[in-house]
Amino acid sequence: MLWILQRASAVVLAFCVMVHLGSIIYAVQGGLTAAEILGRTRGNAGWLAFYCVFVLAVSVHAPIGLRTVFIEWLRWRGRSRDVVLLLFSGVLAWTGMRAVLAVFA
Amino acid sequence: MKVSVWKGGAEGGFHEFDVPRHPSQTVLDVVTYIQRSLDPTLAYRFACRVGMCGSCAMTVNGVPRWTCRTHVDRVARDDRLRIGPLKNLPVIRDLVTDMREFFDKWARAKGQFKGERTRNDDFHQVKPSSLERLKVEAGIECIGCGVCYSACDVVAWNPDYLGPAALNRAWTLVKDERDRARLERLRAVAGDAGCHSCHTHMSCTERCPKHISPTVSIAGLKREILKTTIQGKF
Repeated sequence: MLWILQRASAVVLAFCVMVHLGSIIYAVQGGLTAAEILGRTRGNAGWLAFYCVFVLAVSVHAPIGLRTVFIEWLRWRGRSRDVVLLLFSGVLAWTGMRAVLAVFA
Repeated sequence: MKVSVWKGGAEGGFHEFDVPRHPSQTVLDVVTYIQRSLDPTLAYRFACRVGMCGSCAMTVNGVPRWTCRTHVDRVARDDRLRIGPLKNLPVIRDLVTDMREFFDKWARAKGQFKGERTRNDDFHQVKPSSLERLKVEAGIECIGCGVCYSACDVVAWNPDYLGPAALNRAWTLVKDERDRARLERLRAVAGDAGCHSCHTHMSCTERCPKHISPTVSIAGLKREILKTTIQGKF
C-alpha cells in the first residue's frame, strides 16, 4: 500500500513540479514583483487547489521515501520510526499549507 | 600469474600464490591448482564444472562470478587475480560461504511449486507459446548460484530483503499456470523484505551468468501486486 501511495504521489508530483518550475521561470522572465505575484494568487481558487494538491502529495511522498532511508541506512524499524515519520509528514503538511494560505488569503 | 586468495573466515586475509598460466584456463582451474599443488587446506566449492550446478560462484577481482565458466583471460588485470568468497553471505572458511540464508529466503518467498494434480492425473500441458510461459522463459533458467544476491546493494543494506534470486523464483511460479498459491506468494513477496524494496540498480541483471534479468521479474511482481490490489483481492 505504501508503495502504491508513493508511486501515485510521484505521478502527481511530476506534474506539479513541472507547473511550479514553469510558473517560477515565467514570473522571473516577466519581471513580476512580489506584489504582482500576490495580486494574481490572492483569491485565486485554481492556484489554491493546485498548491493544496502539491503539498498533500509532498507530505505523502517524502515520508515514505525517508522510511526506506531509515531502514537501509539506520536499520531503524518499529513504532518510534513510524511516529517520527508521521510527525515529519505533519510538519510538511502544516508548513506547506501555511505557505499556501499565506499567498491565497 | 599472481593470485591473491581469501583464507580464513570472516576474519582472515588474502594470501598470494604464483600460478602458471594456460590457454583457456578458468578461474576454477586456478583455484583447483592452488588447492592441489600449493595449499591443500584451501576450502572451496564446486561440482559440475560446466555452468549448471551453481556451486562455484566467488568474488573475482571484486565482481561476483561463476568461476567454472569465467576465463582468466577475460578477468585478469595486469596478470593478477584476487579471489574471495561471495559477498552478502557469511563466510564459513576461505572461499566457502554459508548459503542457508540465501535458500531460506527462497522458501520465505514461497518458492515451492503448489499444484493440484496428483500422480493419477494426466500431465498438464503448458503451451511454450503462451504469453505467461514466454514471460518466464529466461527466469526459469536460474541455477541458484548466488551471484545476483552477492551483487545486490539492497541485500547489503537490508538483511531481510529476499534478494533477486528468490524473487525471480516467485515470479516464475506466479506466471506458472499450474500453480495454485499465487495470492499467498504475492503476499509473501510484497513489502519491506520483498519486491517493493528493489531500487532497480540492476546489478543482479548485470552480473547474472545466465543472462536472466531478475530486475524484470521483480518489476513483474510489483505490477502483479498492483493489479491484484486494484482488483481488491490482495
